[in-house]
Amino acid sequence: MQQSKGRPRGGGAGQESWAEPFDGHDPVPPEEAGQLRYDDPWYDALASGWGESAGDGAQVPTLVPPARGEGVTGAAAADVYLEVQRSAAFQEVRRRYRRFVVPAFVAFFAWYVGYVVAATTAPELMARPVAGAVNVAMVAGLGQFLSTFLLTWAYARHARLRRDRAALELRWDTQELTRGVNGGRS
Amino acid sequence: MTQEHQTLALLLFSAFVAVTLGITTWVSRNRRGSAEEFYAGGRLFSPMENGFAIAGDYMSAASFLGVTGLIALFGYDGLLYVVGFLVAWLVVLFLVAELVRNCGRFTLADVVASRMRERPVRIAAGTSSVTVSVLYLVAQMVGAGSLVALLLGGTSDAARSWTVIGVGALMVVYVSLGGMRATTWIQIVKAVLLLGGTVVLTVLVLVRFHGDVDRLLITAAERSGHGAAFLAPGLKYGGDWTARFDFISLGLALVLGTAGLPHILSRFYTVPTARAARRSVVWAVGLIGGFYLMTIVLGFGAAAILGPEAVRGSNAAGNTAVPLLALDLGGGAGSTGGTVLFAIVAAVAFATILAVVAGITLASSAAVAHDLYASLRRRGGTPRSEVVVARIAAVGVGAVAIGLGLLARDLNVAFLVGLAFAVAASANLPVLLYSLFWPGFTTRGAVWAVYGGLIPAVVLVVLSPVVSGSPDSLFPGIDLQYFPLQNPGLVSIPLGFLAGWLGTVTSAEVPDEAKHAETEVRSLTGAGAA
Repeated sequence: MQQSKGRPRGGGAGQESWAEPFDGHDPVPPEEAGQLRYDDPWYDALASGWGESAGDGAQVPTLVPPARGEGVTGAAAADVYLEVQRSAAFQEVRRRYRRFVVPAFVAFFAWYVGYVVAATTAPELMARPVAGAVNVAMVAGLGQFLSTFLLTWAYARHARLRRDRAALELRWDTQELTRGVNGGRS
Repeated sequence: MTQEHQTLALLLFSAFVAVTLGITTWVSRNRRGSAEEFYAGGRLFSPMENGFAIAGDYMSAASFLGVTGLIALFGYDGLLYVVGFLVAWLVVLFLVAELVRNCGRFTLADVVASRMRERPVRIAAGTSSVTVSVLYLVAQMVGAGSLVALLLGGTSDAARSWTVIGVGALMVVYVSLGGMRATTWIQIVKAVLLLGGTVVLTVLVLVRFHGDVDRLLITAAERSGHGAAFLAPGLKYGGDWTARFDFISLGLALVLGTAGLPHILSRFYTVPTARAARRSVVWAVGLIGGFYLMTIVLGFGAAAILGPEAVRGSNAAGNTAVPLLALDLGGGAGSTGGTVLFAIVAAVAFATILAVVAGITLASSAAVAHDLYASLRRRGGTPRSEVVVARIAAVGVGAVAIGLGLLARDLNVAFLVGLAFAVAASANLPVLLYSLFWPGFTTRGAVWAVYGGLIPAVVLVVLSPVVSGSPDSLFPGIDLQYFPLQNPGLVSIPLGFLAGWLGTVTSAEVPDEAKHAETEVRSLTGAGAA
């Protein structure tokens, strides 16, 4: 991260954790990661008024006025997000997410489309008996169930072990930064 | 059906209605009336609770009644629905659940509008959400109608109509008084009841065949009159190429549609974090997968025990296969066991319909109030009034669904749900994925993606054999049929993606880099999430 912008910054601890590049190991042992409680103290507070429709902003107890119409604050908060997006820590989280999701999506989607197309264009193949009344079509259908269960388990495990911790740290850091930016003005 | 059936079933169903109305009153006793409370139930449900509620929202009458009926009548081809319904959850889990939880507040449009000029995008996404919800609602209403026709014996038109109206009225009460909190608890109760009922029936079917699944399949194939062909694809969707493309179209719509269903998306806002959203999907996949495996057994069981003739004789589309199966499994008509089991299944099916209908109504009233009304009205209203609008919208959506439900009552319920999925996949999914993952996506792209999927999907349905031009159509008298497929997904889903791309590359608007950074950072980390 560059420090050049001279903006009020949140906690220094956050900067340190950004500066540390991920070394490819899990940040925490699996058991510990599984038990972490991810409570959210900023529960109701939308730091930037982001994603709100014009009328309902007032009922959420925001720390600051919505970004819309507050050009300066909005621009500063936007800088924070750009900065976080370019940080090595965020890019690592994004890379880990994509490296699991893209191949897994391609695999199950191809397997499913292949199954549907085979069922329509090659019924003879699908009707070939395997054991007793069970034929290829039945096996393929149950295989779809099985692969869905397996991929669900694998995704949840990957996210829990490889992403959650880093994403949570980034979340606190980002919120500290946006709060620092906005809080300095209101 | 005998008098006993009716009395017992009505008694059980009244008990369910009483319990759910009790829940509604109880949770709304000290409600704050905030939008957070009404749309998202305060965002404090646990992953397990939300997982059950998602399952309760998703396992509709279409699955319980429609899909089992299709398997009983057409064998393996009915099974394709089940596979598609389940595999779709991988799309939700991988691409949508966590990111949507992190980026949005109440509706699909929240996620899209945050990066774009808000007004046109909200109007577009709100319109398509309402369209999808109404189509889905009609399917549930038709299910309610055919269930009561069976329950009360014969096809008394008045009884059917009054059931549809009654279901509509109840759902309006649940939603407008209890909001998301009551809806969620109703869905949890219903999921438990439905899974319990399905487990009992499945065990009874397996016991009847002494645990021999092979025997069950062979008997089903023999009784169907199709032999081994009953256990292989092609009975319903074989034959000419139109039918085959229809099958592929349906398969695509099912697997891509779930991630665009507004009432499923809104469920992710009821948990505190993205991590909780992920864990609720894991729960839901387990519950839904187990349920669909059991519906396969029930479908083949209905074919083996009742035979397709009996199923078709009661309801041409097969919607009443499961209640008939329950009657037979309990000991046949007139026996105590049969009466009790039939009544339980009928009551569970009613409960299913009510719970699903409540979830969809809530989602569509959120789309009306939070997206459409908030964008179209004049400025200066108070936030409180948005919840009031949502309550009124629930009544309006209910009325529209009742009207269409009365009109469409002879279509297979699972098929109607297939249509809703096709529209969701064409209009909602492209815009959602583009705004989450495409840095260069613009406002025009978003608006075109929604209308470019929605309009072709709806127009193709209107021009399809579903509406006119064939003996089974809604309006058999006129012929407007220009599109051969019943399900538009194969054409309209790619059109939705294409329109979004086209709108983006042709627009002069420079995509806001910072806004995209914000979306990306927020979606993956949860920073600033509501």
